Amino acid sequence: MSNIPTDLRYTNSHEWVRDNGDGTVTVGITDHAQEQLGDLVFVETPEIGNTVEAGDACAVVESVKAASDIYAPLSGEIIETNAALTDEPELVNSDAFGEGWIYQIRMEDEDALTQLLDAEAYEAVAAEE
Amino acid sequence: MSQRTALYEQHIQAGAKMVDFAGWDMPIHYGSQIEEHHQVRKDAGMFDVSHMVILDLEGPQARDFLRKLLANDVARLKDAGKALYSCMLTPEGGVIDDLIVYFLSDTQYRIVVNAGTREKDIAWMQEQIQSFDAQLTERSDLSMIAVQGPNAREKMASLLPDTEAKEALELGVFFGQQIGSLFIARTGYTGEDGFEIMVSNDEAAQLWQWLVDAGVAPTGLGARDTLRLEAGMNLYGTDMEENISPLEAGLNWTIAWEPEDRDFIGRGPLEAQRGREDLHRFVGLVLEGRGVLRGHQKVILPDGSEGEITSGSFSPTLNQAIAMARVPASIADRVEVEIRGKHLPARRVKMPFVRNGKSLID
Repeated sequence: MSNIPTDLRYTNSHEWVRDNGDGTVTVGITDHAQEQLGDLVFVETPEIGNTVEAGDACAVVESVKAASDIYAPLSGEIIETNAALTDEPELVNSDAFGEGWIYQIRMEDEDALTQLLDAEAYEAVAAEE
Repeated sequence: MSQRTALYEQHIQAGAKMVDFAGWDMPIHYGSQIEEHHQVRKDAGMFDVSHMVILDLEGPQARDFLRKLLANDVARLKDAGKALYSCMLTPEGGVIDDLIVYFLSDTQYRIVVNAGTREKDIAWMQEQIQSFDAQLTERSDLSMIAVQGPNAREKMASLLPDTEAKEALELGVFFGQQIGSLFIARTGYTGEDGFEIMVSNDEAAQLWQWLVDAGVAPTGLGARDTLRLEAGMNLYGTDMEENISPLEAGLNWTIAWEPEDRDFIGRGPLEAQRGREDLHRFVGLVLEGRGVLRGHQKVILPDGSEGEITSGSFSPTLNQAIAMARVPASIADRVEVEIRGKHLPARRVKMPFVRNGKSLID
């Protein structure tokens, strides 16, 4: 079973969310998700300054085989993206919860965080697949 | 429930991620598709291709039958063991399947067709063979392992007794022959040297294990697809199909127009298309910037006309996206490809993209 850190929040669509404690969150895809996708060869990050609604497809990760949308876990403004992924998309494979982060959002409503899955609930989602 | 090849247990033990492929449970990769791809380009990898269909054709009119059935001409095969790549066409000139036929003797041929087209191929061939004195037998008792890469032949030969090893290493390019209990052919679908080996289902797992011990890496169908794309080899069902003429799928070279009186199935419609200026062209594309080319993406020519990518992917050897595309005859060297609403620049290149481990593009 892949690694699921308990200090993060999750979505049903396999994004993870880290609360940075300053009204912003960092978003990536889970270890389980990268394992399912296989070797990543391209990550299309959202544009900084864009406003996204929870559930919007706002980034794309492409493996050798297919392209997959990454959804915004909550609403807000994109404030940063991981420039390292341009040259090294494989960081998502090697370190999904760390160097493989994809973008940061300034949350419109911080309560939205509490509505995301905790590690235990996400483990159940991942186990179903 | 999907069918399993004789090597299913070997795949599971090697940690394969299994997927359904044409009704078969097949390994897509064993951990990293890209590493497996490089392993084949640099050393040696092997694929379980036992899902493919092996047919033996025998009879006094076997040759006459194939000269009617196939767009390429088996009469070109003069030396025992020589193989020929050909399309099998509908009467309308569309591609039913592409296949390889091995010339064993004037009355014996071995044919390999795709797994995904098994039923329609066999039904079509059985229908056409009625008026010939020849019989077709499916060899589901055989498994097939493709061993590919610059060191593939040496590694395979190291497993054989001396006299058999010598015979295997002396096989010419695109020749196949029974050697001991194996049918070994110097063919493949990767753009590398290597063998495709037909082995009885009973002996397949043992051979696979010996190959593993000889340093040949299990390689999944995922890498097989990126390898064949780099090698500029068409895939049935994406680059060509029944409603597409082989002349619009880059397969002109596989059609034997001479002799003119050979009346192969589909000849009439192809003759009518031959030499027409307005046929679509089948071309190779390289994406200039970052991103990944995929099947069905729109290709936009400078004059505004549009074509379509038939298969595309990220090329691990070139470290950029490549594709095959069917485009209008006004194709220019520079085009744009529409990816998620954006028009990205791409350029036309001659295929293959890669051969024997080396990039062939500028």
